[in-house]
Formats: sequence, structure tokens, C-alpha cells
Amino acid sequence: MAHNWDFATILQNWPVLWVGIKGTVFIFVITVVLGLGGGLIVGVARYSKSPFVSWPARAFVEVFRNTPVLVQIIWFYYAFPILTGIETDPFLAAVLGISLNTMAFSAEIYRAGIQSISRAQWEAGKAIGMSYNQTLRRIILPVAVKRVLPALTNRGIEVFKMSTLASVVGYVETLNQAKLISDLNFNPIESYTAVAVIFFVVLYPVVQGTYVLERMLRKGD
Amino acid sequence: MSEILRIENLHKSFGDLEVLKGIDLTVQSGETVVLLGSSGSGKSTMLRCLNFMETPTEGKIHLNGELIGTERGGRMRYREAELCALRARIGMVFQHFNLFPHMTVLENVMEGQVIVLGRAKPEAQDKAMAQLDRVGLAEKATEYPARLSGGQKQRVAIARALAMDPEVMLFDEVTSALDPELVGEVLKTIRQLAEDGMTMLCVTHELGFAYHVANRVLFLHEGTILEQGEPQSILKAPATDRMSEFLEGHSLFKLPD
Repeated sequence: MAHNWDFATILQNWPVLWVGIKGTVFIFVITVVLGLGGGLIVGVARYSKSPFVSWPARAFVEVFRNTPVLVQIIWFYYAFPILTGIETDPFLAAVLGISLNTMAFSAEIYRAGIQSISRAQWEAGKAIGMSYNQTLRRIILPVAVKRVLPALTNRGIEVFKMSTLASVVGYVETLNQAKLISDLNFNPIESYTAVAVIFFVVLYPVVQGTYVLERMLRKGD
Repeated sequence: MSEILRIENLHKSFGDLEVLKGIDLTVQSGETVVLLGSSGSGKSTMLRCLNFMETPTEGKIHLNGELIGTERGGRMRYREAELCALRARIGMVFQHFNLFPHMTVLENVMEGQVIVLGRAKPEAQDKAMAQLDRVGLAEKATEYPARLSGGQKQRVAIARALAMDPEVMLFDEVTSALDPELVGEVLKTIRQLAEDGMTMLCVTHELGFAYHVANRVLFLHEGTILEQGEPQSILKAPATDRMSEFLEGHSLFKLPD
């Protein structure tokens, strides 16, 4: 099967794609900050000795880890407004779906990191008079987060790619715009190939950058 | 000399296992007390109860005349904030050093001062440098713990505890994890502290150290103090068979002629 590649139509529609790329980056930044930041809070709560804190955190993790993000986004767009009376738009529905799912996954990563720190470190903090919270914040988390950085990087990459799911409710991002170009120019092969290339071109340097960051943080180990 | 630490009827159980079965002890300010005993005798647990790394099941602990905790309904109750404040007043050094790996030597020694005592950073830094100088490691201030030898790590851990201006120091088998040739430098540091008048309780297997440095030696067996006395008499002429066996078991132990 021969296909005559024709990227000219893609280049002609570059401004359309550019709008999509900006939409992708925007929702990525919001969801990665909310997801990885909120995950830290849920992860710490999950580790708590108090069942009143750890149990809700655990329930949260299980609900959002075991349901598909795509379904969550659709649910927040169609079902949530009817059930709660709170209006959602495509952006909000996608942010909720992706962030909550990312929080659930990254919470488990943080918890694994905290658990990997030896009990001796807790004792060392305790012995100089630090409270649980001080020891957690000053002694445990800095080392734990550094240790799980590769896993968090993976999550970040996943979040970037999950942003394409927002297209299902009509949020304007790269995949959504490519579909638009494809519908108008009858060139789905080039359009979707362009999307794949764009994601790779953006992600690859970012991932290389995180390797450098990891190496820099390795000082003292 | 004045009383600094008083322990009354200290009991500690882990589940069904009773590790400490009623310990009474009064420590005078400036005293060096060495705790001996075979593994499982409760010596480490006793030490860890003094700064509430373990909460005693029963009994009372007084530091500088004040009772720790409050008695209610025939039991001692402890608030976490009170225990944190207490731990800041009692230094503890561990077998495995437990330095903070993500901080430099200097930051390790400053951490408690800044975070717990609320000292200003310049003051904490001066204090930290003074204590590092005291243990002979001022030139390692900017290194990370991973770059230090075991003996150096342990001396940093001692400096970290000293920087808090503790009223009592607890040493929990601090040379047990060290290579034999590194034991000396750590023991020398602790001996210097004893000579400077620091009040100390040491769990150790170094009988030579006990002999030369301790004012008093306690021999623990099955959760009680079986014997105690001045090292020169108790180590040479133990009163109980159990302690004689224990001393014979330490083949490294040689009495000076």
C-alpha cells in the first residue's frame, strides 16, 4: 500500500494546530501541578497513622485509580452538572478527570517513597525534638521525593499524553485541532501523524531535562 | 553534684513481652553511667524510654526535678508537644548514626537548632561550627554524610546532639557498627565529653571504656538492674554468677595489672 504523503496541507493549517498546542500545554500545566501537588497531600494522608485521615485518602485513591480517565472526563461533563447543579465546561471536566486520576496515582508513588525511608530517619528527627510534621517535611519528604522522581517523571509524561482525552468533550487541544484539519482536508494520515510527531518533539527534550535534574539532585548520595 | 534524672519503677512491655520489670535509678549531674547486659536484657529499651522514643508502660521519669507527663487515673499521660520539648533537652546518639543524607554536615548540626529551638541561622551556624570543632570535624562542614567514614559520621551525630545544649546525653551502642580501628576516635570524643562534665548514659559493649570512663556501671538482666557499682570494683569482682559469665563472655576484656 503506497501512500502519497502530503504535509503541505498541515503546514498551511499550522495556525490551527498552534492553537491546539497552546491548549494542550495549558491543560497539561494545570493538571500536572494539581495532580502531582495534590497527590503529595493524598499520599501523606494515606500514610497517616490516624484512620480518619488515611481511610478517606485510601478510598479516594481506589476510586480514581480504578476508573478510566476517559469515563471520568465524560462523567464530569455530562453527569456531574445534572447531579450537583454545578455547571462544567469542557476544560473544567477534563481538568477534574485528569487531575484527580493523577492525584490518585502519584499519591501511591509518594507513599511508596515515604515507606522506603528507613525508620531510623524518623527516629533521628524525633530524637532532636522534631514533631511528626517537622520530621516529615524536613527529613523524610526531601529524600523520599528525590527517590521517586523517575516515577513522577513517568506520571508527568502520562499526564501530557492524557491531555488528548480532553478532546472527547470538545476542549480545544492538539488532537481536537488535528481532527478539524483532517475533516476539512481529508488527510487523516498526515493530521494524526503530525499530532504524534508534535508530542514526541515536545516531550523528548523535557524528559532529557529531567534526567539532568535527577543527576543534579543525586549529589550527596 | 545534684540530681538530674530520677527513674521510678520503670516498666515497658511490647505486647505480652515484658522487657523492663521495674527499674529505679537516680543519676547525678555530671555522672557517666554505663549500662551493660547481654542482648535482650532491656538496656537499649531502658535508654529509649528516657527520652520517650518508647513510651514507658508504667513508672515515672523526672528530669531536673520535674515529672514528665501528668498522672491521671493512676496512669501517666503524655502530650506529644511535651515529649518533643523533652527530647530537645536530651541528646541521643544511635548505633547507625542516622545522619540526614540530604544535608551537609553543617546543615545536619544546624537543623534541630533552627527548626526545634528556633535559633537564628547565624547563631546556629556558629554553634554548629563550635561543636564540629569539638569533635574534630570542622573541616568537613560542607561535606555530605556519604563522604565520611563511620567514625566521622558518628562524631557528626554527637555534634548534632550536643548543638542542642542537652542536659543529658544518651549513647545507644554507638561503636557497635564501626570498624574496630574507628572505635577509638569515637570513644575518645565521648570520654572528652565526660571530662567536660556532661551527664551521660551509655549502652556499650566496650568494657575498657566502662572501666576507665564510667562513674557507675549498671548490669541489666531480664529487665531489672541486677548489679551496680563503681567500675573498678564491679567489673573486677562481680557479685552475681550471671554478671561473671557475662564478663567472661567478653574475651576482649583485659583488666589492667
